[in-house]
Amino acid sequence: MVAQHDLGPVIDDHPFFRGIDGKLRALLVGCAANERFDAGAFLTREGEPANKFYLIRAGQVAVEIDAPGRRPIIIETLGEGDVTGWSWIVEPYRSTFDVRATSLVRVISFDGKCLRGKMDTDPALGYEVMQRFVRMMAHRLAGARLQLLDLYGPHPGAGRREREA
Amino acid sequence: MTAAAADPMVPVPFRIHKIRRELPDTVTMEIAPCSPAPFTFAAGQFNMLTAFGVGEIPISISGDPGDGTKVVHTTRAVGAVSRALDRLTVGQVVGVRGPFGTPWPVEDAFGHDLMLVAGGVGLAPLRPALYHALAERRRFSRVIVLYGARTPKDMLFRREIERWRGRFDLDVDVTVDRADPSWQGNVGVVTKLISRARFDPYATMAFVCGPEIMMRHVATALAGHGIAEDRIHLSMERNMKCGCGLCGHCQWGPHFVCKDGPVFRYDRIRPLLSIREI
Repeated sequence: MVAQHDLGPVIDDHPFFRGIDGKLRALLVGCAANERFDAGAFLTREGEPANKFYLIRAGQVAVEIDAPGRRPIIIETLGEGDVTGWSWIVEPYRSTFDVRATSLVRVISFDGKCLRGKMDTDPALGYEVMQRFVRMMAHRLAGARLQLLDLYGPHPGAGRREREA
Repeated sequence: MTAAAADPMVPVPFRIHKIRRELPDTVTMEIAPCSPAPFTFAAGQFNMLTAFGVGEIPISISGDPGDGTKVVHTTRAVGAVSRALDRLTVGQVVGVRGPFGTPWPVEDAFGHDLMLVAGGVGLAPLRPALYHALAERRRFSRVIVLYGARTPKDMLFRREIERWRGRFDLDVDVTVDRADPSWQGNVGVVTKLISRARFDPYATMAFVCGPEIMMRHVATALAGHGIAEDRIHLSMERNMKCGCGLCGHCQWGPHFVCKDGPVFRYDRIRPLLSIREI
């Protein structure tokens, strides 16, 4: 178990916060905790209060949505080096998807309410965190749009190789 | 001289010796010249295949360039000709013109990491490059295969991918666009796999094949990870007819895709990729 005061180097090593200023990182550490989830456990559930976000250190999670009468649909998987959860930063602070551990998962979790309070009082921290989240969200949005295109399907929008290899 | 090279405009009869259904709409056929003659090709080249009485289409060669006993093609049945090819059976004859086009520069990657990024049935034109690389495995550092498919059921060459994943000298990562919880692998776009792959960006050659939109995004991501644009190669597609640069159907800016491609260096075509009118 990593004590909270030892989380600084772990946060520094994670790609999401790599290169962050030491003073800002110290503020992050105050809202951070080390957690683990067994395979099958849920990190977040759709509709529930979004109190946390997670830096994934090891393992894999599935971002998925429940579909009545059928099995849940996996939207994307995330693994080591990824971050999951941004509803903590967007009102009304409720999770929009389920996030389920598909293997043993080790994370650094952050208390969203704690961090929002620090971001409100320290605009430098707020700007830094928002910048990193917006970059990640833009990247995820671009990926989601590409997935929506169904590029590998046999329809006219696909390349000819998709129709005749 | 190859079996089909005497007159590039005259199809040579090849007999189908084996057919394997890969997916409900995709088959791989092994063919050989009806009259014994050698057929050699380089990874990345294509043949013009004729379904007699129906028409002719360009099809990438998906087999091993080191195996001179057969020519392998993988076709997806969606057009009139490819549907006709899909209906053929062992013993029937197809027409072959080729091989045509520029190959993957596999040997230029000797001494470096080699990364192959494929999407959908774009894995078929890349497979010969992997066979070539595996035949000369000691000449490379890492060999990496990143593959994106529509769903787990739509993965091409699935059993072969599982064998590749079992090799200690090959890094294989797969993702799909959609899946249910029975799928234990990655879900998401193939570009996500690039950031997880271990490679030396300053000594990596990358080959990319798939839908053009996918290739544009992959090339951008590869360049963003530090791979020089002149070390990224894409396999392009346009409406190819003659296969040898005569008819002009596949003209793409200053290039004829059938003759100057289909494999192009990214730095040479990047400006063309953003011109919507061509």
